[in-house]
Amino acid sequence: MVTSHYSPQAENKTIWVFLEQQDGVLEEVSLELLARGRELADQLGWTLEGLLLGQHVAGLAPHGIACGADRIWLAEHDLLEHFTIEAFTQVACQLLLQKRPSVFWLGATPNGRDLAGRLAVRLRTGLNADCTDLRIEPREGLLVCEVSGFGGGVLAMIEMRNHRPQMATVRPGVFALPHPDPSRVGEVISMEIDLDPAIIQTRVIERSVGAGLNLSRVPFLVTGGRGMEGDFKILEQLAQLFEGEVGATRPPVDEGHVGRERQVGQTGVVCSPKVALCCGISGAFHFVVGIEKASLVIAINSDPEAPIFEYADYCVVGDVHEVLPELIAVLSGQQVTYA
Amino acid sequence: MPELRQVVCMKVVPKPEEIRVDYETGLLKRASARSEINPPDMNALEMALSLKDFYGGRLEIISMGPPYFEPVLRAGLAMGADHLTLLSDAAFAGADTLATTYTLAQGIRKLGGADLIFCGEESSDGATGQVPPGLAEWLEVPQLTLLTALELDIECRVARGRREIKGGYEVLEVPLPCVVSVKTASNEPRFMDYRRQYWASEAERLKVWNAEDLSADPDCIGLTGSPTTVSGLAEAASRERRRQFLTGTPSELATQIAELLQKSL
Ligand SMILES: Cc1cc2nc3c(=O)[nH]c(=O)nc-3n(C[C@H](O)[C@H](O)[C@H](O)COP(=O)(O)OP(=O)(O)OC[C@H]3O[C@@H](n4cnc5c(N)ncnc54)[C@H](O)[C@@H]3O)c2cc1C
Ligand SMILES: Nc1ncnc2c1ncn2[C@@H]1O[C@H](COP(=O)(O)O)[C@@H](O)[C@H]1O
Repeated sequence: MVTSHYSPQAENKTIWVFLEQQDGVLEEVSLELLARGRELADQLGWTLEGLLLGQHVAGLAPHGIACGADRIWLAEHDLLEHFTIEAFTQVACQLLLQKRPSVFWLGATPNGRDLAGRLAVRLRTGLNADCTDLRIEPREGLLVCEVSGFGGGVLAMIEMRNHRPQMATVRPGVFALPHPDPSRVGEVISMEIDLDPAIIQTRVIERSVGAGLNLSRVPFLVTGGRGMEGDFKILEQLAQLFEGEVGATRPPVDEGHVGRERQVGQTGVVCSPKVALCCGISGAFHFVVGIEKASLVIAINSDPEAPIFEYADYCVVGDVHEVLPELIAVLSGQQVTYA
Repeated sequence: MPELRQVVCMKVVPKPEEIRVDYETGLLKRASARSEINPPDMNALEMALSLKDFYGGRLEIISMGPPYFEPVLRAGLAMGADHLTLLSDAAFAGADTLATTYTLAQGIRKLGGADLIFCGEESSDGATGQVPPGLAEWLEVPQLTLLTALELDIECRVARGRREIKGGYEVLEVPLPCVVSVKTASNEPRFMDYRRQYWASEAERLKVWNAEDLSADPDCIGLTGSPTTVSGLAEAASRERRRQFLTGTPSELATQIAELLQKSL
């Protein structure tokens, strides 16, 4: 058996959450993990701790505490200004080996995944990626990760008995955001780190990030599929009537009708809107996992047998090119014109 | 110009829509599903092939999996790869990310390494995307993940890639050799070249290595080398939906939808 750098006997009963930040803002998924971690730590009597790495990021620590952390391990360094895999892996690894948490969670963001993948190998431990739920079994403190395979049809429970830390990543939107409590008390501990510039092989030449659309918490999500035949203008119009946003299945994204940041589903965003309106979408598993958390699903499809109707509260058999113009007319109080 | 050496990691997966689970035994009925090359790996292969079109050199496909992977992977040879190496041994079975990345890294080492090691963004039956960084760690080389474009400066031995991140992109540069993962759907994989098909089917295009060939540490492969274990399987309990059909003319339907929206938003 491969052995990890520290064993379950040497662990501390703490849950660590990687507090990912970009340009001085904490990623929502890190806060979601704090929320889940808080629930479990309270049940078990464990502590919940955040790992915060960056250049001038101490100012973010209080928010981590307000969102549930008991303690923040802070490492600031000029070489941590931008995410480079070498520097972040090195520092995270050092601190993990010093503090030996039982559990370590990261958001399944591009950087979170890269870091998790490297660290798990360096520490010779297991990693469960894209978990859909995380529980800790109280007797032995085993992390039980629920992952969905094959596009969401199958759930597997995965655990590791002999390796630490028990690592997992979770996609944004899977857990609910915490309600920050600014009066919560916790400590922030600044850590000495050892970082040799020579290990950094990645050069950041250019970075261009906008505000970034976040579909995961939009209350009204108007999604379109291949059945829209590229007509996303009408979906935008409809979305605007309720300050919603447009999402899409993969085919229209691949065909360039919609930006990739709007893809909903397994390889896109997991959304939890009040209403998801699905237009011209067949209802593949890969897509459906993205709207499962919607409070209400309305689907319009011309094929009465379309699988999407199994996942909808209201099933509208009809042609999107006929129903949607009528719907916009009704909603904007116009005279409905009959064809 | 020195010869460019590329390895593309490819995996064969069951077609997702054909997967069935036996909930009695808790096992996946893989046999009931047809296999295909993991679609994201086709994007990885395409990116490597387009570099080969320009720089020449050698392109090797490597895969860890059972013998039935072989005929499926030969499609990659017909698309333009030079050779196929299958890492296959009963002892590799049950590998999680740690054991998979170890085994692939051993295979790549035995091939003599490469300038560029390509992976897909994720595999459709695991969808974790953890193999590329893990592989880079075992090989102790840098990584460029989630790339939509890649340029080389062969003389200076650097790779420069455009990486998709939330709300934008970044351009990163690393020295060769490195591991690259390619963003799914970032290119259009070419068709098989039918003139290559016979050539691709010849026995000498393929090499199969087992654990002993790789001098693999038995503690690091397959189930033994995997820290994680599956303790249970379940059918995803999909949320109960009302599934109420609405009927009427398009305008009647529109009126009903409008009422639902106004009530719920
Ligand atoms: C590894 C992997 C990951 C994936 N990840 C995702 C993901 O994250 N998100 C995602 O969406 N997909 C994903 N996919 C793709 C997914 O499997 C499906 O192919 C995709 O969701 C289908 O999109 P669609 O419903 O728009 O198209 P189709 O399946 O082609 O369905 C189109 C539907 O439109 C209906 N229609 C046609 N014309 C009209 C009309 N005039 N009016 C009304 N209805 C009409 C048809 O009846 C049909 O049901 C992934 C696939 C793989 C292999
Ligand atoms: N068994 C395997 N053999 C070869 N390549 C693999 C294997 N498993 C994963 N990969 C590669 O790693 C990528 C990411 O896979 P994953 O981390 O499993 O999502 C895939 O797209 C492949 O390129």
